[in-house]
Amino acid sequence: MQLEQMYQEIILDHYRNPHRRGLREPYDGESFQVNPTCGDEVTLRVALDGDTVTDVSYDAMGCSISQAATSVLTDLVVGRTVGDSLSTMDSFVEMIQSRGEVEPDEDALSDAVAFAGVAKYPARVKCALLGWMAFKDAVGRVREDDSDAEQPVEAR
Amino acid sequence: MSARAVAAYDVEQAFDVEKIRGDFAILSRTVREGRPLVYLDSGATSQRPRQVLDAERAFLEQHNAAVHRGAHQLAEEATDAYESARSRIAALIGATPGELVFTKNATEGVNLLAYAMSNSATAGSECERFALGPGDEIVVTEMEHHANLVPWQELCRRTGATLRWYGVTEDGRLDLDSLQLSERTKLVAFTHQSNVMGTVPPVAELVRRAREVGALTLLDACQSVPHGPVDLGSLGVDFAVFSGHKMLGPSGIGVLYGRRELLEAMPPFLTGGSMIELVRMEGSSYAPPPQRFEAGVPMTSQAVGLGAAVDYLSAVGMDRVAAHERALTERALAGLSEVDGVRIIGPTDSEHRGGAVSFVIDGVHAHDAGQVLDSLGVAARVGHHCAWPLHRRFGIAATVRASFALYNLESEVDTLIDGVHESKRFFGVG
Repeated sequence: MQLEQMYQEIILDHYRNPHRRGLREPYDGESFQVNPTCGDEVTLRVALDGDTVTDVSYDAMGCSISQAATSVLTDLVVGRTVGDSLSTMDSFVEMIQSRGEVEPDEDALSDAVAFAGVAKYPARVKCALLGWMAFKDAVGRVREDDSDAEQPVEAR
Repeated sequence: MSARAVAAYDVEQAFDVEKIRGDFAILSRTVREGRPLVYLDSGATSQRPRQVLDAERAFLEQHNAAVHRGAHQLAEEATDAYESARSRIAALIGATPGELVFTKNATEGVNLLAYAMSNSATAGSECERFALGPGDEIVVTEMEHHANLVPWQELCRRTGATLRWYGVTEDGRLDLDSLQLSERTKLVAFTHQSNVMGTVPPVAELVRRAREVGALTLLDACQSVPHGPVDLGSLGVDFAVFSGHKMLGPSGIGVLYGRRELLEAMPPFLTGGSMIELVRMEGSSYAPPPQRFEAGVPMTSQAVGLGAAVDYLSAVGMDRVAAHERALTERALAGLSEVDGVRIIGPTDSEHRGGAVSFVIDGVHAHDAGQVLDSLGVAARVGHHCAWPLHRRFGIAATVRASFALYNLESEVDTLIDGVHESKRFFGVG
């Protein structure tokens, strides 16, 4: 049945028992994202040690797909570099926007391959990306802050 | 007009839903894994009967030309078809043809009024009653569709006026005690039927209060005109809007109704061809309504299609449409009320209420329930249905909405209820 293909057991597990949920201190960057079509929202914080992601915490209101995708995201990025995390995001985005045409990169995506079925439902793609968009934005904000601090005012 | 003859619907005395369904080819298709389509999203857009499609095609194949310009035979026939559609639509809602302005949709109708009010500030003394500035008020309700909210927020931003609103009670009714109008209230804009909760507010009382302070009224009739008898003249509102695609007609056509004396005094929004009286390099004067508000070559086959949709609805009878949808609504309210963990957002009885039924299921997000329903062939809407403030009022992000039309079956309501049970089972909540 199509429904089971979309809602893989991994997704339902993460939905029922989300990893790293809740907002925590300390953090270096925070992002609030909302899906204007359904009103779902997430506030997500990123803590970095140098270039390594040390924690991702979040508060989210949304469907099983957006909640589970955010939970899986934290597993994929915590302990890794920002560069690696963003390239994992690229693989995830490619898979989820492929309408099911692209074979997912299992090495890069690990549990996130479970979302391959979501790619066949264009209306749900934004749900799967909500947390990732917040992650990218939060990391971007940390970097902006850093470059603000490092650059002399007249060079901006 | 031959298009008229094609559109005529030969009804029997009794309301025959199966016969009606036979006119809507799309209702016999299957979706997903071969499931019969259960279309419960007519509040978003309705399906169109063969008679509407035939009328559009017949017009385009036999009479198509730009209307209100040109003197050749086709131009005459096209203009007649366009104006005949206006007359029949006007007759359906208790208005005269000159009081109906064709727009792209209801949203454009609301914006037309909002911008005409903006333009009134510089349009001379006869437009004074439409002009507003700092200290003046626009009043809406917390249950409005964004289309009857955002244009007023923007008008207030442009003019310095203040936006105020009637609140909504816990059971989904308009809270008339939540606001007092004042001498500074220039316009009260409100829905005739909530697109989320189905609530029908007390129109007569709202009109009475508005008149008492000299305010204009605008009725968003998108969810009422397609589903039952509506007589704008006797409701006494000053303006109203509705959309063709929600009442069995084409998309790309909507209506702004305005009382004749108001349209006559109101400055234009869009300007250009068709809407002029006299044009000189130095300046222009404008045609009387409704042409003043229909700049450019208008949508013509869409108007003809909407005329055919009105013929269809009239032939079935709006009273019978309303009675049928009321039975469907009562069945849905009763069925959903029996499901543990389901909370209906809005009135749970069918008094002063139409056929939009929105609900949440404990432990199952609306999007997820919608996905389960979709897998069963049920097309329902999920999300905030362009009424985000109303959802915030109830502390929720999204609801599932079933909305009915004359072609829906009682068995389709039952499929909806089955889908709600299946959603709970699939996500392991009872």
